[in-house]
Amino acid sequence: MMDNLYMPYLMKIERITHEAPGVKTFMLKFVNEADQEKFTYKAGQFGEYSVYGVGESTFCIASPPTRKGYIECTFRQTGKVTNALSGCEEGSMIGFRGPYGNVFPIDEWKGKSLLFIAGGIALPPMRCVIWNALDMRENFKDVTIIYGARTVKDLVYKEELKDWELRKDVKLITTVDPGGESPDWKGEIGFVPTIVEKIAPSSEDTIAIVCGPPVMIKYTFPVLDKLGFTDDNIYTTLENRMKCGFGKCGRCNVGKVYVCKDGPVFTLAQLKELPDEY
Amino acid sequence: MNIDKRLVRKDSLEKLFDILKQNSKAIYAPLSKNGKTTFGNAVAFETISDGYVQTTQSAKDIAFPRVDGMSVRGIDLNEIPEVVLWGVRPCDATGIGELSSIFNWDYKDEIYNNRLSKVTVFGFSCSKADDYCFCTSVGGNPGNTAGSDILFTQFGEGGDYLAEILTERGEKIVGLAPALFENSETDDKEKFLANVPVKFNHNEIREKLDKFFESKEWIEQSLRCLGCGACAYVCPTCACFDIQDEAHGKNGSRIRCWDSCGFSHFTLHTSGHNPRDVQSARWRQRIMHKFSYMPERLEVFGCTGCGRCSRACPVDMNILENLISIQEVTV
Repeated sequence: MMDNLYMPYLMKIERITHEAPGVKTFMLKFVNEADQEKFTYKAGQFGEYSVYGVGESTFCIASPPTRKGYIECTFRQTGKVTNALSGCEEGSMIGFRGPYGNVFPIDEWKGKSLLFIAGGIALPPMRCVIWNALDMRENFKDVTIIYGARTVKDLVYKEELKDWELRKDVKLITTVDPGGESPDWKGEIGFVPTIVEKIAPSSEDTIAIVCGPPVMIKYTFPVLDKLGFTDDNIYTTLENRMKCGFGKCGRCNVGKVYVCKDGPVFTLAQLKELPDEY
Repeated sequence: MNIDKRLVRKDSLEKLFDILKQNSKAIYAPLSKNGKTTFGNAVAFETISDGYVQTTQSAKDIAFPRVDGMSVRGIDLNEIPEVVLWGVRPCDATGIGELSSIFNWDYKDEIYNNRLSKVTVFGFSCSKADDYCFCTSVGGNPGNTAGSDILFTQFGEGGDYLAEILTERGEKIVGLAPALFENSETDDKEKFLANVPVKFNHNEIREKLDKFFESKEWIEQSLRCLGCGACAYVCPTCACFDIQDEAHGKNGSRIRCWDSCGFSHFTLHTSGHNPRDVQSARWRQRIMHKFSYMPERLEVFGCTGCGRCSRACPVDMNILENLISIQEVTV
């Protein structure tokens, strides 16, 4: 028998958290301890999650590498595989293969301030690097998180948002789109780019990490530019459709760049070098 | 390097076929049926076609089958038979190398490599070409040795063969039937090869494409494209694939199957967003991948000039004409 790149690890769903309508988080543990022991990853990487007989789906690893013994993924029930995943219960087995892709260069960011800007279901890819940074908090200056969703209900990781709100070493700003607020909503009301402009975080010695729907990203970049962020100091992730995860199946490329190998993490400077095909 | 060159008499080919069979090798060779010539398991020597310019399908499915099981148990090498791929045109033999570079840059794809490790390639030089052939424009030629373990060139119609023993795997075949590989007095094969005029310069095309992404030419060229994907299916170097799972009760399988960048859903996101949302973007991807991205990333071109995509196209898109027009049009 030979090694098979496409062979998934068998994972057991330890815990399911209902994050928002249609959005769940799975805490997954390796069934085979040997797999667990040899498995390592870094913030920003992704994997292929599979349901027996249904297929594979690509999501980031949403838990930080600083927490050992498990991985988490958060997904919205949208297509065939996520529907099947959504039907799984605690104790069910699913497949996982990975980690794939490049990483957030968190070690290079030491000594700087971090500004996280996320929209909707794009907090999961960022949550991994947020917790990674918070678990080594002494290495960074200010940590600011700006997170927005359409409605209050659509905010994910509600417990963690409370946690970050209470922490003195994190500045959290949450916002919902106009009309998405509930009567007791105490956060901001407005689209993410507008709120970033209003809060006007300092760009001095600061790395900005932006993940969200394309339209949010599109309108956030110019705001950051106005605030003085250079293209090298703005990071984002691309989320193209993938099958293999390691540069063979041929569908995630943007020009000569493979999102699965050269990404998913890109600086704005790198993004500007790419053809507009993502 | 001095290539070992031998003479194989016309009548010896059948003996070679039988000896290979006796050594329990499967022989995949061009077989004709209903006017089409395609590689298949040759049970007898006389079933093998000759006289074809090009097989309808390339030989790539010997290592990259149209549908391949990706058993979670891994691939058992004993389950893969030793195969002699007989009658491969030099463009197809070259294509195997290009395919290998895709499956082996960075991660190594064991499924592909295991299958290929069981294959010995018998190339057969071309004595005939048609208007679709353009191997000489992409660095090849009708007697190119690249990719073959043994390359046979016939000394004219009905003549004997020059056998160039190119690899260790080729030498092993000679070892099985040493009497059939006689000393050769002449090794001049050039005059027996097809004439394939050079139509464009692939290095110039590559340079041109660096600034060609926004060209209107892509729209012009692809207006009639149906997005059927036939070009990818017949291409010796197209490697894009899909992965699908199937379950039948307790028995399940994960398969990979050929896919095409020409299909509209190839890059479609779950959200409905599609990065390559029009056929011209998909046509551009096809050409850019083969003539710009692959040379840059893998140092090989993704086209061997076999001309199959043009022969197969239901709306007569001709890649040769399109490449010439890319070379000629001003940016």
